[in-house]
Amino acid sequence: MEITTGWYLVLGALLFVIGGTGLLIRRNPLVMLMCVELMLNGVNLSFVAFSRTLGDIGGQTVVFFVLVVAAAEVVVGLGLVVAILRRQPGSTADDLSALKG
Amino acid sequence: MVELVWLIPALPLIGFVLLLLAGNLLGEPRAGWIATIAAGASFLVTLTVFVGLLGRDSHSGERSYELVLFEWLPAGSLQVEAGFLVDPLSVTMALFVTGVGALIHLYSIGYMHGDPKYSKFFLYLNLFLFSMLMLVFGNNLVVTFLGWEGVGACSYFLISFWHHRESAATAGKKAFVTNRVGDWGFMVATFAIWSALGTVTYTEIAKSPAMAATTGTTVSLLLLVAAAGKSAQLPLSVWLPDAMEGPTPVSAMVHAATMVTSGVYLLVRMNNVLTDDALIVIAVVGAATALFAALCAVAQHDIKKVLAYSTISQLGYMFLAIGSGAYVAAIFHVITHAFFKALLFLGSGSVIHGMGDEQDMRKMGALRLAMPITAATFIAGWLAIAGVPPFAGFWSKDEILLAAWEQKNIGPLLWFVGLITALLTAYYMSRQVFLVFFGDQRWDEEAHPHESSWTMTTPLCILAGAAIIGGAINLPLVKDWLVLEHFLEPVFNHPHQFSSGTITKVALAVISVCAGLAGISIAVLSWLTRRIPTDRLEPEFLENAMHVDSTYARVVGGIGTTGFQAAADIDKQIVDGAVNGVGKLTMRMAQFIRPAQSGYIRNYAIGVAVGALAIVVLLTWGLLL
Amino acid sequence: MVDTLVFVVAAVICLVGALGVVLARNPVHSALMLVMTLFGIAVQFVAQEAHFLAAVQVIVYAGAIVVLFLFVIMLLGVDRAQNLEMSFLPVQKWAALLFASGSLAVVVALIVVVGEPVTGVQAMGGTLGGTDDARLLARSLFSDYVYAFELTSLLLVIAVIGAVVLVRKPKQTNPVAAEDGGGS
Repeated sequence: MEITTGWYLVLGALLFVIGGTGLLIRRNPLVMLMCVELMLNGVNLSFVAFSRTLGDIGGQTVVFFVLVVAAAEVVVGLGLVVAILRRQPGSTADDLSALKG
Repeated sequence: MVELVWLIPALPLIGFVLLLLAGNLLGEPRAGWIATIAAGASFLVTLTVFVGLLGRDSHSGERSYELVLFEWLPAGSLQVEAGFLVDPLSVTMALFVTGVGALIHLYSIGYMHGDPKYSKFFLYLNLFLFSMLMLVFGNNLVVTFLGWEGVGACSYFLISFWHHRESAATAGKKAFVTNRVGDWGFMVATFAIWSALGTVTYTEIAKSPAMAATTGTTVSLLLLVAAAGKSAQLPLSVWLPDAMEGPTPVSAMVHAATMVTSGVYLLVRMNNVLTDDALIVIAVVGAATALFAALCAVAQHDIKKVLAYSTISQLGYMFLAIGSGAYVAAIFHVITHAFFKALLFLGSGSVIHGMGDEQDMRKMGALRLAMPITAATFIAGWLAIAGVPPFAGFWSKDEILLAAWEQKNIGPLLWFVGLITALLTAYYMSRQVFLVFFGDQRWDEEAHPHESSWTMTTPLCILAGAAIIGGAINLPLVKDWLVLEHFLEPVFNHPHQFSSGTITKVALAVISVCAGLAGISIAVLSWLTRRIPTDRLEPEFLENAMHVDSTYARVVGGIGTTGFQAAADIDKQIVDGAVNGVGKLTMRMAQFIRPAQSGYIRNYAIGVAVGALAIVVLLTWGLLL
Repeated sequence: MVDTLVFVVAAVICLVGALGVVLARNPVHSALMLVMTLFGIAVQFVAQEAHFLAAVQVIVYAGAIVVLFLFVIMLLGVDRAQNLEMSFLPVQKWAALLFASGSLAVVVALIVVVGEPVTGVQAMGGTLGGTDDARLLARSLFSDYVYAFELTSLLLVIAVIGAVVLVRKPKQTNPVAAEDGGGS
C-alpha cells in the first residue's frame, strides 16, 4: 500500500479533532493549552504534507512560523495560568467566569 | 504668491502646537520668542500675499483668490469647503491683525516676565492669532464661524488667565456667556442665509440676487446681533470692561485691536445682504453705543477701564459708519483704531508694570518723568484718538462723521451724537493723560516707577509711529490719495460715494476738530490747571456704567431664574424621561439574550468551533455534493 | 513497504499520545503523552523529507515547550488527578463529541471522497530535493518572508515582557500586578 498525501491529511485531521475535543471537555487550563498544541501540530502535519506534494517550500515556512507563535502563546498562556492559580489555587477554567453577562 | 495664504494661519498654529508639546520645557523666554517668531513670520507671509495681490489687475475681479483645502461638510445640497478667500478686505484685516499681533507678542515677552504660566500665555496668544486669521480668511460663513468660536474661546482663556483671582474667573465667564448670545445670532443667520440662498460661500453670496425684503432684514439683524456680541455693542457691551481682568497685552490684542473688530469685519464682509432698514438700526446702535460708552469712560478711575469704554465707544463709531453705508470708513477706522488703541493699552500696561500692578489713576501722576518713552508714545496715541490732525484718528473719525451726516433719514442727528462723542473722547482721554503723566505725584516713593525693557518699548515706538502717520493710507485731500478706498473697492457691490461738496466737508472737519479741542480744553482746565472743580465731573451714575450691569443681574436673577427653573424641569421630566426610557427598553430586551454570555470559556470555544465548521461546510458544499 | 510501516507506527504513536493528552487525569501524564505525540509527528516530518523541521520539532516542542509545561505543573503543585466528569456543564461534553464527529466526518469526506480538488494532488510539481530542505527554508525565510520573520522576533520580545509582567509577585499595597506596568 502506498502512502499518499491523503493519509497524512487524515492523520492531521484526527490530531486536530482530538485536540479540539480535549479543549472543549477538559477544565484544567494547563491541559487545555496542551490541547491547543495538539491542534497546531495536526495543522503542521498537513502543511508539511502539502509542502511535499506541491513541491513548495512555503508550507514548511508556515510551519516554522507556527512554531514561533506557539512558543509565544505558551509563554503568555502559562504566565496567565500561573498568575491565576497563584491567586485562586486549584481553580479551573470554569471558575473564571467573572465576565458572565 | 497669493497661494501662500494657507501659511498665514498655519504658522501660529505650528507655534501653538510647539508650545503645547514643549512649552514648559522651553520655559522663559524661549517660549515667548517662538510665539513671537511665529506671529512675525505670519506677518511677513501676509505682506507677501499682499504684494502678490497688488500685482494683479484690480478691475477684472482677479483680486479675489480662493484656495480650497478640502471638502469639509459635504451634506446633500449643503457643501461646505474648508477654504481661504484672499481679497483686499481679508488681506487688509490680516495685515494689521498679524502686524499688531506680532508687536504685542514681542511686548508680552517683557510684560509676562516671571509669570508661572509664561509659556501657556503664549500658547493661548498663538491659538488666538490662528483663530483670528481663520475668521478673516475663511471663504465661507462656517469657516469664519470656526475662527469666531476660536477667538471667543481664547478670549475666555485669556481673560481668566489669572483664574486664581475670583474677579478674573467671573469676568471670563461673563465674556463667554455674553458672546454666546452673539454666536446664536451668527448661527441662525448662517442657517437663514443657507436656506434663502443655498450657499454659505462669500463669493457666491455676493453673486446671489437680493433676498426678499423681510428675510434680508431678518438676516441683517441677526448678523447685527452676532457682531454686537463680539464687538461689545449695546445691549451686549457689558462684558468688555470686565474683560480688563486679563493681562494687559491681552486687552490690547484681543479686546481692543483685533477680536472686537471681527463684528465690524463680519458686517463689512456681508455688506451685500444688509438691507437699508437694517442699516438704520446698525447706525442707531452704533451711535448709541458710542455715546453711552464715552459717557461711562468719563468717570472711570481704573486706567484700563477708561480704555475699555473708549474701545466700546470707538467700535460704536465703526458701526455708525457701516450703518451709514461707509464700509471703507469703518475698515479705515478699524485699522487706525488698532494702531492707537493697541498703543494706548500697551502704554497703560507699561505704566501698570512700572508701578507694580497699580491700576488706579488717582494713585499716579507725573509719571512722564519716570517713564519718558511710555509717556511720549502714550501722548501720541492720545492725540490720535482725540481727533487732532494730522494724527491717524482724525482722518478716520472725520470720514465717519461725514458719512453719518450724509445718512439719508436721520443723518444730522447721527452726526451730532458722533460729534458729542468726539468731544467726550477728547475729554476723557486728556483726563487720563493728565492724571497719569502730568500733575502732582500721588504715589508713594516705594512704588519706584521705572521705564520698561526694550521688548516692551519697541512695540510702543512702532505703534506710535503708526498712530501718527497711519492716516496716510486714506487721505481725502486728493482723489488719488484714497489708497485704501481704491484698494477695497472690488469688495463692495455698491461703493459708497460722498455727495457733499468741499465746503461742507471742510466745515464738518473744522467742527469736529473744534469739538476735539474743546474736550481737551475742558480737561486742561479741570484736571491739569484745576481751574474747574472736579468733584462733580465723576458722577457715580456714570462710574457704574448707568447701572446697565446691575439691571441685567436683577432681571436674570429674578424673572430669569424662574424661567430657567421651569426649563430645567421640562428637561428633567420630558427630555431625560425619553432618554432614560430608551435605556430601560434596551435593558429589558438585553435580559433575553443575556444567558448567551455564560462566562465559561469552553462555551465560547464551542461557538467558535461550530462556526468554523459551518464555514468549511459552506465553502465546500459544492464539492461534498 | 518501509514507508508504509514507518507511517503506520508513527501514526499509532501520534494518536495514542493525543488520546492520552485528552484522557489522562493527571496533568503530568498529559504532558508526557504530548511528548509522545510530538515525537510521532517528528518522525512523520522525517518521512516527508522535512529534516530541519523534524529537528526543530524535537528541540523546540519536546525540549522547550513541554518542559515549560512540566515546570509550571511542578511550580503550582497541580500534579493531582482530576475528575474528568463534567460537573457543571452537562451539555458541553455532548456538544463537544458532536462537534468532533461532525468535523471529522466533513474533513475525512473531503480528503478521501472528494480527493484531488482538496488535497491538491494534481498540482504536484515534483518533490523537494533530498536533504536540501534547510537551505530552501532559509532562502524562503530571508527573502519572501523576511518581514514576517522580523515581526516574529518582535512577537517573542512582547511575549517575554508579557510573561514577566504577568508572573511578577504582586506588591502588598497594589493587588493588581499588571497595573504598575513593566518597570522596577
